[in-house]
Amino acid sequence: MSEITKAILEARESGGCAFVPYIMAGDGGLGRLKEDLLFLQEAGATAVELGIPFSDPAADGPVIQEAGLRALAAGTTLKAVIEEVKVIRDDVHIPIIFMTYLNPVLSYGMAGFANDCQEAGIAGVIVPDVPFEESEPLEDCLRMNGIDLIRLIPLSAPEERIRKIAEAAEGFIYAVTVDGITGVRDSFGGTTDSRLEQLKEMATIPVLAGFGISAPDQVRDFGRTADGVIVGSAIVDALHREDRELIKELISSAKNIAVAAE
Amino acid sequence: MVNTKEKNIYQAPDKAGRFGEYGGRFVPETLMPALLELETAYRDAKEDPKFVEKLDHYLKDYVGRENPLYFAERLTEAAGGAKVYLKREDLNHTGAHKINNAIGQALLAKRMGKTKIIAETGAGQHGVATATACALLDMECLVFMGKEDIRRQELNVFRMELLGASVVSVDQGSGTLKDAVNEALRYWVANVSDTHYVIGSALGPHPFPEIVRDFQRVIGVETRHQILEKEGRLPDAVVACVGGGSNSIGMFHPFVDDTEVALYGVEAAGSGIETGKHAAALTGGRPGALHGAFMYLLQDEAGQINEAHSISAGLDYPGAGPEHSHFRDTGRVTYTSVTDEQALEALKMLSRKEGILPALESSHAVHYAVELASGMSSDEIVVICLSGRGDKDVMTVRDALKGGNGHV
Repeated sequence: MSEITKAILEARESGGCAFVPYIMAGDGGLGRLKEDLLFLQEAGATAVELGIPFSDPAADGPVIQEAGLRALAAGTTLKAVIEEVKVIRDDVHIPIIFMTYLNPVLSYGMAGFANDCQEAGIAGVIVPDVPFEESEPLEDCLRMNGIDLIRLIPLSAPEERIRKIAEAAEGFIYAVTVDGITGVRDSFGGTTDSRLEQLKEMATIPVLAGFGISAPDQVRDFGRTADGVIVGSAIVDALHREDRELIKELISSAKNIAVAAE
Repeated sequence: MVNTKEKNIYQAPDKAGRFGEYGGRFVPETLMPALLELETAYRDAKEDPKFVEKLDHYLKDYVGRENPLYFAERLTEAAGGAKVYLKREDLNHTGAHKINNAIGQALLAKRMGKTKIIAETGAGQHGVATATACALLDMECLVFMGKEDIRRQELNVFRMELLGASVVSVDQGSGTLKDAVNEALRYWVANVSDTHYVIGSALGPHPFPEIVRDFQRVIGVETRHQILEKEGRLPDAVVACVGGGSNSIGMFHPFVDDTEVALYGVEAAGSGIETGKHAAALTGGRPGALHGAFMYLLQDEAGQINEAHSISAGLDYPGAGPEHSHFRDTGRVTYTSVTDEQALEALKMLSRKEGILPALESSHAVHYAVELASGMSSDEIVVICLSGRGDKDVMTVRDALKGGNGHV
C-alpha cells in the first residue's frame, strides 16, 4: 500500500479524518521549510502538500498566488526545494506531496524529476494543469520511482469521467469541492455532500476534499464524508502571518470527527 | 471554414489536439468537460450549412469581407525588388483581423447555449472585437485586461465599455496580457457552465488553436484566390507578424501545401533579442507548457515564464501558438524577428508611401517584407498580411518618437 494511503487510513482509524495542509515552499525563504514541516508534523498533520512556486498559477486564488510570488522573489526553484527536502527528510516522518505546475517539471526533465523526487523521499505529486488525457508520460515516470500521481476530480464532472479518473487514481483522490480556484470560501454548492458520497462509494482508495476549506467547522463537515481534508490558502495565510495557533486549531478539528458526529 | 476547395494534404491537429508534439490540453480537470463539449459543438457547427451561412453573412455584410489584396506600387518602388501586395485586414470592421474569430466564436457559443462571453486582451483589439460581437449577438461580455495595459490603452477600454462590455482590471503578476489570460482562465474554471472563453489568438488548450485558425483561414483563402486572379500565380513569399499567431496562421494555413510559396513569420524583437527584452518565443525561447498548450515560450532555466517586451501590445506575449511551434520545427515557416525601432520605421514608411497607417503589430511584417522584397527580382511577388490599422497606436508611436529625436 502506498505510504500516503496508509497514513490517511491510520488517521481515519484513530477516530478523526486525515488533515493535509498545503504550504508554499520558499515563502519566507527555504531556510524556514524544515521548521514549518516539523511544526505541522508536531501539530498532527497526516501529510504535507508542498507547493512549488510558479510564475503563472492559473489554478490558484490570490493567497497562494502571492505566496508563490514571494517564494520566487526569494529565489526558490524546484531544484532547490528538492535539495532542501533531501537534507531535512530524516526528521520529517509524514509523507510529503509536491504540488507543482507542469512547466517547472518539463524544464527540469520529467524523468530526472521523478528520479530526484524518489531520492528525496517524495511520496506523491499533484500537477493541477495535467488532466487525465495528458497524464500518461508523467504517471509512467513517477510509477517507475514508486511515487503516486495524485489526481484531482472535480465533483461537478460527469459521472463517467469521475469513474474513469477514480479507477486510475493512486494514493488518494483529491476531490475538488467547488468549480473554481483555490481560496477561502464561506459556502459550497448544495449538491457537494451527495456528490462526495457518490465518489466515496466508487473509490477504492481514500478520498480527500479540498479547495475552499478554511475553517474548523468546514473541516468537521467534510471530514464526516471524506477521508480527510486539504487546507491550503488558510494555512498559507496563517503561516505568513505567523498565526500558528490557528493552524493548530484547524489540525485538531480533524482529530475527533467521530466524537463530533456521535 | 468558408472555402476549403484547395488541395489538402497537411492535416493537424490530431485527436489529442497535437500539432506534431505541440498543443494538447494542459488545463485543470474542471475545464476538461467544457473543452470536450466545445470540440463536439465545433465539429457539429462546422458541418452545419446554416451555421456556415450565418458566419459568411456576418463576414460579408458586417465585417466587410472580402477585403482587398492591394498592390502597393509606391512601397514596391521603395523596396526596389519584388512586387509587394498588402492583404487589407486593416479595413475590417473594428480595424483588424481579430473580428473574424470573435464573431465565429461568439456564434458558436450562442449555438451552445452559453449566455456569457469572456475574453482576454492586451492592446484591446481582441477585447474590442469580442465586445463588438457580443453587442451584435446580444451576449454578456466580460473582458480581462492587465492593469498596466488598461493604463496604456485607456481609449480602447472606453470603447469596450461603450459597446456594453465590462472590463476587469487584472492586478496580478505584471498586469499585462499573460496575467489577463491567467485571470480569464480562473474565471472560466469558476463559471464554466454558462460561460464561453473567446481566446483571441491561436493559443490555449485544444480545440482553441484549431478553432481560431479555422476562423482566421479566411485571410489566406481570400489572398490565394485574389493573387491567382491578379497575377495568375501564387506569390513567392507570404509575410505575417506573429505574437500568439492568429493572423499569421490564418494567412499561412491555405498555403502550407504550396511548397513553392515561402512563408515568413515575424516576431517582435523588442529592444533586440540579445538584450533579453523581446517577445520572440520562436526565435528566442524554448518549448514548455503555458495556458493550456505545449509550445515555444520565453522562460528562465527553472521554467518560470519571462515577461515579454514589445512596443506592440498585440505581440507582447511570452508564447507562440502550437501550430507555429510545429512549423518552426518542421521548417515549413521561417521565423525571424524585427525590433521596435525597425517596426516604427516601417510604420512611417507605409504611412508616407501608401497613405496607410499600419498597426504596430503589422509594421513588424512590413519591415521584414520590404527587406525581403529588396533582395528579390521584379518578377517575384511578396504578400504582406496587414493585420490591422494603426489608429490605436498613434499615442504610443508619438511617445516613442518623442523619446527619440522628437520628430516624425
